[in-house]
Amino acid sequence: MAATLPPPRLLPSGDSAVTVEFSRTIDDEANQRVLALDKALAASPIDGITETVPTYRSLLVHYDPGKIGFDALGQTILPIAIRPLPPVTKARRWRIPVAYGGEHGIDLEDVAKALGTTPDDIVARHAGGDYKVAMIGFTPGWSYLSGLDKSLHMSRRQSPRLLTPAGTISIGGIQAGIQCLAAPSGWHLLGRTPVRTYQLHRNPTFLTEPGDRVTFFAIDHKMFEEMDRAAEAGEIVAEQVVA
Amino acid sequence: MSRLIVASIGPASSVQDGGRHGAQRYGLTVSGAMDRLSLAAANTLVGNEPFAAAVEIGPFGASFTARDGAVRVAISGAPRNADVAGNPVAMDTSVTLKDGETLTLGFARGGAFTYLAIQGAIKGEPVFGSLAVNARAGLGSPYPRPLQAGDEFNVDAASGASELRIELPKPVSGPIRVLLGPQDDEFDEANKALFLNSEWKISATSDRMGYRLEGPAIKHLHGHNIVSDGTVNGSIQVPGNGAPIALMMDRGTSGGYPKIATVITADIGRLAQTSAGTAFRFKAVSMAEAQDEARKFAQAIRSLPDRLRSADTVALNIEALSDANVAGYAVSAVDAGTWQVTAEP
Repeated sequence: MAATLPPPRLLPSGDSAVTVEFSRTIDDEANQRVLALDKALAASPIDGITETVPTYRSLLVHYDPGKIGFDALGQTILPIAIRPLPPVTKARRWRIPVAYGGEHGIDLEDVAKALGTTPDDIVARHAGGDYKVAMIGFTPGWSYLSGLDKSLHMSRRQSPRLLTPAGTISIGGIQAGIQCLAAPSGWHLLGRTPVRTYQLHRNPTFLTEPGDRVTFFAIDHKMFEEMDRAAEAGEIVAEQVVA
Repeated sequence: MSRLIVASIGPASSVQDGGRHGAQRYGLTVSGAMDRLSLAAANTLVGNEPFAAAVEIGPFGASFTARDGAVRVAISGAPRNADVAGNPVAMDTSVTLKDGETLTLGFARGGAFTYLAIQGAIKGEPVFGSLAVNARAGLGSPYPRPLQAGDEFNVDAASGASELRIELPKPVSGPIRVLLGPQDDEFDEANKALFLNSEWKISATSDRMGYRLEGPAIKHLHGHNIVSDGTVNGSIQVPGNGAPIALMMDRGTSGGYPKIATVITADIGRLAQTSAGTAFRFKAVSMAEAQDEARKFAQAIRSLPDRLRSADTVALNIEALSDANVAGYAVSAVDAGTWQVTAEP
């Protein structure tokens, strides 16, 4: 892949964090660079860095100014950030079961109407997609996915809902999402998954990582109930595909 | 083992510590004490690690009763009247409650949060190294929610050590210091100046997630939507209505509004302790100054044990101590609806 982005901007986020910004927009190359820098900093830790938080287009680097100053940190990070992207390594892939429509996906029919097609067609396009976890944020386990089929891009709801269910599978703008906990949302709800991307007493507590690949498959509502019970008991219920 | 019973408590009171670090990449909020220096001072008084779990008490009153033995505690933070069986207890001192005795705390006389540390610290089941309550994610131990009357802690029996007071560094006063950025380029010079030169008040709808600021509307150059990126404690984001929000300890880990500035580490506790309705200003400082202040702040916390004194000498100093606590915190009444922990981001 040709590198087309300029070097990242180092934006101060207070005295103990710096935003390494690769792009102002959602951009796949920027996200790849964010994840590559995140990986490089994990592989060769820099003394003073306490935590990194990847997002679509930037890596937020938390650090201890008692150990390293802003200028020294920037001089250390920048050469790593502008390295050519490493060859694409095999990503972990999750197959996530989804009960589409009905009570679990209350916006499916409206989305189909708005896009001039049938609910089955929406399900086929959504489940047929090949997604990447671009970032996790907002609430624990909320996985923002890039790779939504262009024909499913539509603006968010005029009025966000104050509460949407745990496990909601939704689309908003050019993004798709896996929501773990019940939360407010302005996205369109297509279905629900029994998979918990965050479960406190399970190992691992967090299922998805930025950079993971995701595909969906449809299950019926009876299967949802069965898998939901298993998931509640601590089973992962998503299928991991090792490439 | 003794027990400490929460006999009465107001809203916005919860177990907090140094916070839950290392999982912001999974969307897990850091949480932790709103005023870390006061948490550390209370803990130091009873011999705990500075960021051990303690009770963060909101602006209303609270009372705690020792059972099954004596319990040694200490209070620091927003000043308030405190007594045990009618005997006053000074801020920034330790006190031992005999079995059956109750420590009663009044309303905060300024600021919002007072910390009650317990000798041996609050015990519970840590998640990502922390007992801090994050009600939205169902986290926190021993209670994953704000405290209620009737809650109780299993605690160490009091050591019988003589009581201590702590001489805290002179409180800083003046404007809340910020570093501009990370998205100050989303605002023109006039609006940056408007932000820095105006008087602000903290809205009554603020909580541990964010302090809403009342003042002039700040206009964006290119609209209020940016692609979500990471947030820090003290990020000041400007949503579409132009009313800035300072993100506090229960902030979302990412956000999609431009962030005009960031409160420096050394001043986040001061902002947290600014009462709703009190006028204050911001002041921009350089990175060098902000980082120097952050290092001094960390050093102040490390050196707290050197500031312990025998409580026997407190009689002479109690007035000065009380004044020192009040200075820097303008006193104002707090609206009763202010400090509810809200369920919306």
